[in-house]
Amino acid sequence: MSAPIYLDNNATTACDPAVVSAMLPFFTEQFGNPSSMHSFGNKVGFALKEARAKVQVLLGAEHDSEIVFTSCGTESDSTALFSALRAQPERNQVITTAVEHPAILTLCEHLEKEGYAITRLGVDKRGRLDMDEYKAALGPRTAIVSAMWANNESGTIFPVAQMAELAHAAGAQFHTDAVQAVGKIAIDLKQTKIDMLSLSGHKLHAPKGVGVLYLRRGTRFRPLLRGGHQERGRRAGTENAASIVGLGVACEQAMQHMAYENTEVKRLRDRLEAGILAQVPRCFPTGDVTNRLPNTSNIAFEFIEGEAILLLLNKAGIAASSGSACTSGSLEPSHVMRAMGIPYTAAHGTTRFSLSRYNTEAEIDRVIAAVPPIIAQLRRISPYWGEKGPAEKAEDAFVPAYA
Amino acid sequence: MWDYSEKVREHFFNPRNAGLLDGANGVGDVGSIKCGDALRLMLKVDPASEKIVAASFQTFGCGSAIASSSALTEIIKGMTLDEALKVSNQDIADYLDGLPPEKMHCSVMGREALQAAIANYRGEVWQDDHEEGALICKCFAVDAVLIEEVVRVNSLTTVEQVAHYTKAGGGCASCHEGIEEILAKVSQEACTAPTAAMKPTPASVAAAAPTAASKLTNFQRIRKIEETVEAIRPMLQRDHGDIEIVEIDGKNIYVNLKGACVGCMMEAATLNGIQTKLVEALGEFVRLLPASMIGRA
Repeated sequence: MSAPIYLDNNATTACDPAVVSAMLPFFTEQFGNPSSMHSFGNKVGFALKEARAKVQVLLGAEHDSEIVFTSCGTESDSTALFSALRAQPERNQVITTAVEHPAILTLCEHLEKEGYAITRLGVDKRGRLDMDEYKAALGPRTAIVSAMWANNESGTIFPVAQMAELAHAAGAQFHTDAVQAVGKIAIDLKQTKIDMLSLSGHKLHAPKGVGVLYLRRGTRFRPLLRGGHQERGRRAGTENAASIVGLGVACEQAMQHMAYENTEVKRLRDRLEAGILAQVPRCFPTGDVTNRLPNTSNIAFEFIEGEAILLLLNKAGIAASSGSACTSGSLEPSHVMRAMGIPYTAAHGTTRFSLSRYNTEAEIDRVIAAVPPIIAQLRRISPYWGEKGPAEKAEDAFVPAYA
Repeated sequence: MWDYSEKVREHFFNPRNAGLLDGANGVGDVGSIKCGDALRLMLKVDPASEKIVAASFQTFGCGSAIASSSALTEIIKGMTLDEALKVSNQDIADYLDGLPPEKMHCSVMGREALQAAIANYRGEVWQDDHEEGALICKCFAVDAVLIEEVVRVNSLTTVEQVAHYTKAGGGCASCHEGIEEILAKVSQEACTAPTAAMKPTPASVAAAAPTAASKLTNFQRIRKIEETVEAIRPMLQRDHGDIEIVEIDGKNIYVNLKGACVGCMMEAATLNGIQTKLVEALGEFVRLLPASMIGRA
């Protein structure tokens, strides 16, 4: 069989070879602690400074000191929310959206138990927010608004710059979980009023275990981890030097490939989606297809279940991901699909294909050829599917016992 | 990716007896589109011998749901209906060399489909007693609904007890926070003792304060405390708990909680509630403390 095809880049990405080679010296001769005075530490300190500048360029941050290295996107998210609540004790409300990543939603559930007021903005059928609902939710007690830049499942992009303006008008801080957006779409933070932004290295061809919290100069801040003076006391703990250096190179590469991502990767994504939709009946793309990440296509295949699709795709050498309940071990399908009002018969069959600059046209054509027979195979054994499609009359439809 | 056995993978990729069954005379439809699993089991039963001569399935579901359905049809072929009814979900899982804990419900669905199909053949209506909650303990595959039920029926108050009754939490211990949340929820519902939430209206305190505080003699004050606590005891006893006064030292009243109140998640709330009642009755501020605090508060 030919080499496997990786279309799960919203889950994680392959480390860029240039990233790996830049990192290697920091496991051997460049082992110093950047806080040390001697030359062992000093060189590492300079390497971190260089990496910080590269992240600054990709984010369009005004100052390099606005970049705080963390261990992951989740840490950046937690730091942002806890900081906003601790730095502004007179404010007790967090506004977020129903479609955030668990890094935000599970944290908000916890904050709710601790007595904070959490407002979760809903989305429409295409995954878009209602700006009037958002304006109405903002108030003098709002400590922070946290909205993702782009959704990990559907790729739908939120108007975060506009949302940040509105949050500031209400005196609230604005945070965005941008782990899916950074490296895929152009970002220029100095043109916005965004106070905090989370990014995760492994989503843009850097290694796992490194992230960034962008913290706008002047934003009231309380650290999550206290200890040493690393990251100017805003994130204590000895720096993950090798990974930070890798992230710097990855940011540089992302900047160079930004145009390619939004032309060629987008073209391949569109080709894949059109190819599947043309051949498979009863399936549709989810999210706001006119305003989404260039690499993401999330297709709902009706009347079959996602994990079964993934297992058969995997057997065919294709890696993708699904919003079904079973793939996560939970009882409900993806909260993103449910928030968009996608019916259960389709939500369980959603399959996400997320591309990267490493995918080729030949790979995409192989996937277009492989998907239709897999869908047909599973529909043949689905009780919801008849000879040619789902039961047309309600009395013939499959209605199993229990809720 | 799940840790599926070779047998599960084999039955998923090459399911046996999948599709419609001609001449089926017993059909069981179970499952839930919400949870993402649904199964139609079709049986062809020989009326003379009550033997299952053929079985087939259609399944909407994940890899292990399809494999469990396939395994079930293989297990029951050739069995009499009475033999088939003895097939448990564990038999299905064993046939597949085991299922991950998160996936055991797939085998449960298989057994339920079998019961439903046999009931359908016999002209009966199958009653489902199925309720499934979020998976709490992954080591022993115990869900929230079962834990809550066991906690309620047995008035459990600690994580250790839950582990003894259900196994949940007895393995890696990472689900203890989830179990504690269930314990707190159930004891809050079950607790009839006054809790901190039942605050006195400000008016009653204000009215009581100037009069009662000045007039009570030491003896009257102790009697009042005793009466107030006595009035609360039946509520605690109803929950298999109790309280006794050990010492009164100025503003500090020391008590022992007994029975089910000991170690209950609501212990602090119960003490707070009783303290509120005492403050109300005496018209002065008092502190209710566990007897273990004598000499330390």
